[in-house]
Amino acid sequence: MFPHRHLLGIEQLSQTDIVTILDLAEKYASLNRQQHKHLDVLSGLTQINMFFENSTRTQTSFEIAGKRLGADVMNMAMQASSIKKGETLIDTALTLNAMHPDLLVVRHPHSGAVQLLAEKVNCAVLNAGDGRHEHPTQALLDALTIRRSKGRLHRLTIAICGDIAHSRVARSNMFLLGKMENRVRLVGPKTLMPSGVDKLGVEVTDNMTEGLEGADVVMMLRLQKERMDGGFIPSEREYYHRWGLDAAKLSKAKPDAIVMHPGPMNRGVEIDGTLADDINRSVIQEQVEMGVAVRMAVMDLLARNLQGGAA
Amino acid sequence: MSVLSNALLIDPETGTETRGSLRIEDGRIAEILPADADGIDCGGKCLAPGIIDIGVKIGEPGERHKESFRTAGLAAAAGGVTTMVTRPDTTPAIDTPEILDFFIRRAREISPVNVLPMAALTKCRNGVEMAEIGFLQDTGAVAFTDADRPVANPKILQRILTYANASGALVMAHVQQPDMSKDAVITSGPFATKLGLPAVSPMAERMQLERDMALVEMTGAKYHADQITCRAALPVLEQAKAKGLNVTAGVSIHHLTLNEFDIEDYRTFFKVKPPLRAENDRIAVVEAVASGLIDIVSSMHTPQDEESKRLPFEEAASGAVGLQTMLPALMQLVHGGYMSLPTLWRAISLNPAKLLGLEAGRLVVGAPADLVLFDMDAPFIMDRFKLLSKSKNTPFDGRRMQGRVLRTFVAGEQVYER
Repeated sequence: MFPHRHLLGIEQLSQTDIVTILDLAEKYASLNRQQHKHLDVLSGLTQINMFFENSTRTQTSFEIAGKRLGADVMNMAMQASSIKKGETLIDTALTLNAMHPDLLVVRHPHSGAVQLLAEKVNCAVLNAGDGRHEHPTQALLDALTIRRSKGRLHRLTIAICGDIAHSRVARSNMFLLGKMENRVRLVGPKTLMPSGVDKLGVEVTDNMTEGLEGADVVMMLRLQKERMDGGFIPSEREYYHRWGLDAAKLSKAKPDAIVMHPGPMNRGVEIDGTLADDINRSVIQEQVEMGVAVRMAVMDLLARNLQGGAA
Repeated sequence: MSVLSNALLIDPETGTETRGSLRIEDGRIAEILPADADGIDCGGKCLAPGIIDIGVKIGEPGERHKESFRTAGLAAAAGGVTTMVTRPDTTPAIDTPEILDFFIRRAREISPVNVLPMAALTKCRNGVEMAEIGFLQDTGAVAFTDADRPVANPKILQRILTYANASGALVMAHVQQPDMSKDAVITSGPFATKLGLPAVSPMAERMQLERDMALVEMTGAKYHADQITCRAALPVLEQAKAKGLNVTAGVSIHHLTLNEFDIEDYRTFFKVKPPLRAENDRIAVVEAVASGLIDIVSSMHTPQDEESKRLPFEEAASGAVGLQTMLPALMQLVHGGYMSLPTLWRAISLNPAKLLGLEAGRLVVGAPADLVLFDMDAPFIMDRFKLLSKSKNTPFDGRRMQGRVLRTFVAGEQVYER
């Protein structure tokens, strides 16, 4: 039903896989809105969250997802631990593996690191973001949010705006939305556009007005603080002026276009604060909500494939 | 042993492949005889001057756990490499006559093949203060290089080139603009974007070569670019040669036989410096070797232990072993019709010999009997654990290859037999 041992990226998923995850996540989204939101599908399983890079939001989301499904959840702050003592990633993986976890949720600052780790362990590995490579659960939760809001996940025009070059969210979304047969536009300053990305089946522009024209979905990306001062763009205020999302720019998109952001937001840098809070346009809070549901769905599906399980 | 008979003699100097035999005396080629002469029957296989490999890293001093003179020497002999021209990027760097002297004595004691050392161009390869070029020459350094660290400051390099030129020293440079290349582990483009790895444009190579050519023009120095790996840099090299500058260029076996896609899912054995290029760049440099624009092909032998490669791609060490994989890897270009055996041997034996002023690299009477006998067709599957290098980091592991070394001779003495 779900032919994967790990969730390493969107690239390995088929259309059917994506729909399977989203359909199950939809059920968990309903469960999450009930007062009693506990199931036992992961009961007896151990989930370890290994974050080699700080992320309160994603880690919390995975933790809640695991707990709602009855798993025993452990958080390991990897920055503070053995890695500082010089242990290699593979040794860390082997050490953890010996404790027989069933689900490993991993975030790592280097592209490909989660896959490397997955090759060395027996349990299911979920990529919670590796370098600039992929962040599959983010793309899945975005997809679910879009589907709920637009009623479909195909033939939509979706503008992904901002720092594409350093964004794993952009890459995963690009792959997912492309696979589901949408029109994907990347919008942002040329200095933040990765080279050759136009050859990966997307449209590319550095003009917000052009990029947002007729869009059903406007997805803003976070601009990292360290990239704001002179290196990639001249200044925060010039960036906001040209690429920050405000009502005027949004008026180029379809009247019912939704606004998304993976968080955390820089209000007044990439997005106007009022717009972000506009419940008629912004689905940012729903994205966070769907994050838990999607992570529950993925862990449920992967747990079914664990050795000894009814795969 | 005095006569090697019934061989296909590959002579890069005349560009010929002829049936014949060689008589060897006192470590030199004494006579070229007809194929049916009495002697050790080579079975019609190829007999060529031994490979002269410029840019071999040996782990001594400092990293003997990765490679020693013994293991590098064994690998070289088994790979048909009769002269290793070694790199000074050791720990510590070979930047004083004392360290160089130690290095040469170790080499003489242990290595079955010739070792000609290069020394650091600047102290500790820091790119700032020039090393004792004169003393190092007197001790035996055949060329000067900071290996993969380019001298960033052009003013400093100008002075070093001026001094080196006055001393008649050959300078080998890594032609990658350092600021552009900083932290980059892959060539920029759609594939790098998909993998999400820090990338560098091949233009960084052209930029550095352009800068260096201007400095060579100013100073008149004798200059060798270690690795030219992309199409964009070739016109710069062509112009420099047309101007009559004292310039040569090399390329590694990996850039001639692999491209960026081989990295696939972050395979760290394919992490080399500069990073593997796009296929059209690979084709362009293969053609440049065939035309002679790129003079020299080397293995850029860089041993790395398992630990330094079993890491996320960005953190993993760069480099690949090549002494023993060089010949079969390059046979791919011959079998693919890109170049003839004599043309290939010009790049791996004759031209390196000319660059360093050696008598080897030729099949003429009086030349040193540094020879390799090989079967250019023999097929096999590369098993990295069968390599004689202490480190087994070859990107060719598991690859179907053709070309086997049968015997290797250094100064008439057999140092390897399969």
